Amino acid sequence: MPDKDIYQSHGINDDEKKLLLDSLGREPTITEIGIFSVMWSEHCSYKSSRYWLKELHTSGKQVIQGPGENAGVVDIGDNQAVIFKMESHNHPSFIEPYQGAATGVGGIMRDVFTMGARPIALLNSLRFGEINHPKTKYLLSGVVGGIGGYGNCVGIPTISGETGFDSSYNGNNLVNAMCVGLTTHDKIFYSKASGIGNPVVYVGAKTGRDGIHGATMASGEFDDESEKNRPTVQVGDPYAEKLLLEACLELMQEDAIVSIQDMGAAGLTSSSVEMADKGQVGIELNLDKIPTRQKNMTAYEMMLSESQERMLMVLTPEKTQLAKEVFEKWGVDFEIVGEITDTNNLVVKHNNKVEANIPITYLTDSAPIYKRDASPRKQKQKSSLIINQDINIKDAILKLLNSPNICSKKWIWEQYDRSIMANTLNPAGDDAGIVRIEGTKKAIAMSSDVNPKYCTADAMKGAKQAVAECWRNIISMGAEPLAITNCLNFGNPEKPEIMYDFVKTIEGITEASKELNFPVVSGNVSLYNETNGKAINNTPTIGGVGLINDISFLEKFGSITEGDQVFLIGNKGKNLSCSAFEEVIMGRNTEDPPDVNLKTEKINGEIVKKLINDQLLSSCHDISDGGLIISICELLIKSNIGADINIANNGDILEELFAENQSRYIVSVSSSNQDKMFEILNNASIEYYHLGNITGNELKVNDKIVISLRELTEAFENLIPELMAS
Amino acid sequence: MEISIIRFPGTNCEVDTYNAVKKVLGITSKILSCKDTTIPKSDLIIIPGGFSYGDYLRSGAIAAREPIMSDLIKKAKNGVNILGICNGFQILTECNLLPGVLLKNNTLKFISKITNIQVTRNDTFFSKDYDKNQSVKIPVAHHDGNYFVDQETLKKIEQNEQVAMRYAEPINGSLNNIAGLYNNKFNILGMMPHPERAIDNQTGTDDGTKLFQSMFKSMSL
Amino acid sequence: MKARVFIRLKSEVLDPQGQAIESSLKNLNENNIKNIRQGKLIEMDIEAKNLEEARKSIENITLKLLANTVIEDYKIEIE
Repeated sequence: MPDKDIYQSHGINDDEKKLLLDSLGREPTITEIGIFSVMWSEHCSYKSSRYWLKELHTSGKQVIQGPGENAGVVDIGDNQAVIFKMESHNHPSFIEPYQGAATGVGGIMRDVFTMGARPIALLNSLRFGEINHPKTKYLLSGVVGGIGGYGNCVGIPTISGETGFDSSYNGNNLVNAMCVGLTTHDKIFYSKASGIGNPVVYVGAKTGRDGIHGATMASGEFDDESEKNRPTVQVGDPYAEKLLLEACLELMQEDAIVSIQDMGAAGLTSSSVEMADKGQVGIELNLDKIPTRQKNMTAYEMMLSESQERMLMVLTPEKTQLAKEVFEKWGVDFEIVGEITDTNNLVVKHNNKVEANIPITYLTDSAPIYKRDASPRKQKQKSSLIINQDINIKDAILKLLNSPNICSKKWIWEQYDRSIMANTLNPAGDDAGIVRIEGTKKAIAMSSDVNPKYCTADAMKGAKQAVAECWRNIISMGAEPLAITNCLNFGNPEKPEIMYDFVKTIEGITEASKELNFPVVSGNVSLYNETNGKAINNTPTIGGVGLINDISFLEKFGSITEGDQVFLIGNKGKNLSCSAFEEVIMGRNTEDPPDVNLKTEKINGEIVKKLINDQLLSSCHDISDGGLIISICELLIKSNIGADINIANNGDILEELFAENQSRYIVSVSSSNQDKMFEILNNASIEYYHLGNITGNELKVNDKIVISLRELTEAFENLIPELMAS
Repeated sequence: MEISIIRFPGTNCEVDTYNAVKKVLGITSKILSCKDTTIPKSDLIIIPGGFSYGDYLRSGAIAAREPIMSDLIKKAKNGVNILGICNGFQILTECNLLPGVLLKNNTLKFISKITNIQVTRNDTFFSKDYDKNQSVKIPVAHHDGNYFVDQETLKKIEQNEQVAMRYAEPINGSLNNIAGLYNNKFNILGMMPHPERAIDNQTGTDDGTKLFQSMFKSMSL
Repeated sequence: MKARVFIRLKSEVLDPQGQAIESSLKNLNENNIKNIRQGKLIEMDIEAKNLEEARKSIENITLKLLANTVIEDYKIEIE
C-alpha cells in the first residue's frame, strides 16, 4: 500500500490526493501514482495557467491550427504552411547546461516534425544571471555548446535569437528554444488517435532511466539541494534524432499514419494519454514490448522515463509492415506496443500484470485547474528619473554598446551553423532571421523578443511591448507578420503578485496580437522559476514568424553607402524610465516602461513595410534597447561606415538619443529615392525626422561628439569574448 | 556526366550538394546509400558534409569503414575524381586516401562563418575556373577542422603543392592554415569549407560556383 | 572477460582540451597539476579461449577502428 509521504514526494498536494482517490475510487498502484503525478504536474497540466490561457487571441485567416496540438500551423500560400513553436527547458539547463539546452532543442524539433514539417530554422532566447556571477561563464558556455551541438548535428540552421543577463536569473537561467518547419497543406499530421484496434507503435531511441521525474522537477522551485539532482536530466543524441526525423518524414509520404506525437515531458505517459484523450478513445500498452537499454526496468520507470528521441504513432493496420521497413532502413527501433481500445481508459500491462487502469478523463479533464489568487504587489511610488549631473554622451554610448544586454553576441552565434540548408538570406545580428523557401521566391522571417525589465515593472505594458517589438522586427526585414508562439517564464504562481502579473501578461499579449493581427498559434508556460524564494523577472518570450512573398528586394536591401540619408520614422525620444540608459548609466530603475500605442505601431509598420518592398530604403533597423543612437551605432558597426547626425536641440538631448519609446525605426535612403519616400510618409501622415547622412568612418553627433568606427566596434564586440577568455 | 553522392546515416549536406550540382550545372546526381557495395560508374564521386554516425569515436571514423568505401578506395586509386567536403574530408583522411587528420578546432568551439580562403592552384580537375591564388569567400561550419600531419609529411605536401586551399587568417589551428588538400595524384580533393553553400549571392557569396564549373569543364574534356 | 582500451593522443599532437582542463584547475587554485592530456577509455566484454587470444583480438580491432594511429596510441588491459 502506498504510504502518506509518497504523494508529497510526487508533487501531489493533499487536495490533489483527495481528488485522485475520489476519482479512482480505490488506492492507486505505484505506477498509477507516477502517472497522475506527471499528468497533473504544472508542466503537463498547466494547472495554474490553463484558466487564463484561453483568453489569448488565437484566430485569423492565416491560422490553420492554433494552440492545442504539438505546434501551431500557419498558411503561407501556394498550398504551403509553416509549423512552429517555442518551448522552455529551464530547470534542466541550470542543473546540466549542455544537455539541458541540447535536449530542449531536440524536444522542440520533434514537436514540429511530428506534425509533418521538415524543420528549416531554429531560434533561441537565453537568459543568464549577472555577467560577472560565478556561474555565468559556465552556464553560458554549456548552454551555447549544447544548442549548437544538437542543432548543428541534426543539420538545421540556428538563425536568430536573444541573450540577456540580469541578476534575477542568478539562480534560474532560462533556455527557450523555437523551431520553424515547412510542409504542404495535405501533409499536416495531428495527434488525435482513432480506429479501435489500430496498432500503437513506438519508434526511436531505446528507453532508459534518464529524466524520470523531469516533469515534476520542472514544476518545482530550486533550493540548495538542487545540484544533487543531476541524474534527472536527460541526455540527448542528435544523431538518433536525425535518423528519427528522416524516417518519420519518409513514412509521412505514405498514408500510414493515423496520429503521431513525440514523447517529451512525461514520455510514454503524456503521449499515450494525450493522443487517446484527443480522439476520445482508450489505449492499452504492453510494456513488455518497449525497447529498453537498461535491464529490468519497472512499469513505473518505463511510463515515466524521459529518454529522448522517441515518438508514438497510431498506424493503419495495412501499412504497418511498410512502416516497419522504413524505420528499419534508417536503423531506428520500431515496435508495436499497444492498441487503441473503446474503453476510454489507459491500461498498462507488464509481465502479465495490469499495472495501471485509469479512465483517461481523470488525467486530463479532471486534472486540477487552479484559479489562483492574483493581486498586484504594493504599488511603489513611481519616481521619475532626475539627472542632475553632466553626462558625457560619448562615454555613455560606448558604455551602453559594451553592456551585457546590448553588446554583440557574436561569440554565441558563431557557434551555431547558420548556412546549412543553403537558404539563409541574411547575416547574423539582424533584427530577424530570414530563410528562403527552397525552390520559390518566398522567404520566412523570424524573431524572438521580450524586455523582461519592462514586464516586471508593468506586466501588461511589457507584454504588449514584447508582441509589438516582435512584430516590428519582422516588419524591419520587409516581411508580413503572420503569427506568434510564446514561452511564458515566471516565478511561483502560488504568490498572488506573480499570478497577477501572469494574468496581466495574457491581457497584454491578447490586446497586442488582436490589434496587430498577430495571433498566438502555440506556446508553453514555465512556472516556479525561483530559487530560495527569489523569482526571475517576468519573461514572456514572444517568437514571431512573417512572410516575404518576393525576395528580390533583398539584393540591394541592407547595404548602406556613402551619401545615403538617415531618418527617424516615428516620434522623438521621450522618457528614460526603464531604459538601458537608466540602468547602465544611472544605475537606477524607475519602473515606468514605455507604453505602446498599437494604432501608431500598426500604421508606422505598414508604411515601413511598403517602403522596403518598394525598394526605397537601403536599410531599416527598429529602435529598441538603448534608444535611437544605439540603433544607429548598430547599423554603422554592421555596415562598417560612419554617419554625421544632427539632433535638433529642442528637447532633452539625452531623451532624444536614449529613450526607448516604441513604434520607431531608423532608416537609410539614397538621395535619389528620398522624394518618393517623403510622398508615401506624408500621405500617411507619419511623423518622421531627418537625422543626417552616411559618411566617413566615424559617428559624429551635433558636430560635438565624435566616435571612430573602431572605438564603436571594440566597445560593441569585446565584452563576451573577454569574459569567456578570462 | 555521372556524379554520385554518398550518404551515410547522419550525413546532412547531401541535399544541399545535390541542389548545388543541379542549380549550377543542370546535372542530376545519384545519391547512394553507404550500405551499397559498389558505386556505379561515375565521373565524380562526392562525399558530402554532416555528422556521419554522429561523429562518434572520431569524425568520419565509422563511415570510412562502411561497405561502400572499399569500392570508393579502389576507384580512387584508379584515378576517379573524388571530392570530400567537410565530413567528407574527414572520411578521406580516415581511409588514408589523404594524409593527416582533422582534429578538434583549437578554440574547442564550433565555428560557423563566411571565411576568406585562398585557392592556390588553377590547374587541377577541381580548380580550372579560378585564378592562381585567388581570394574567395566560402562558409565554414565545423567543430573538427584543425588539420594536423607529422612534420615530414607536411614538408612533402607543401613541396608537392598539394595544398588546395588556405584560410586567409587562422581560424581553427590548422597547420599552415590548410583548408583543403589534394592527394599526390591530384584526383582527390578534401576541403573543410562548404562550396555547395556558396553558389548564390543571396546567401552571402557565390564563390563556390567556380568549383562546380571547374569540375564540369574538366569532365567535359 | 572484461577489457579496457585506453586511447591517448601522441605526445607531439597538441591537446587543447587538456590545456583547457589545466587552466580551469588553475582557476580553482589547484596549482600543483601540470601536463594534462585528455584521452578515451573504451570498455568491453570479450569471449576468447585465453588471455593471449583476447589480446590479439582487441589489438586487431584497436588498429582497425578504435584508434587512429596517425595521432593516437593505446594501451590494452584485460582481466
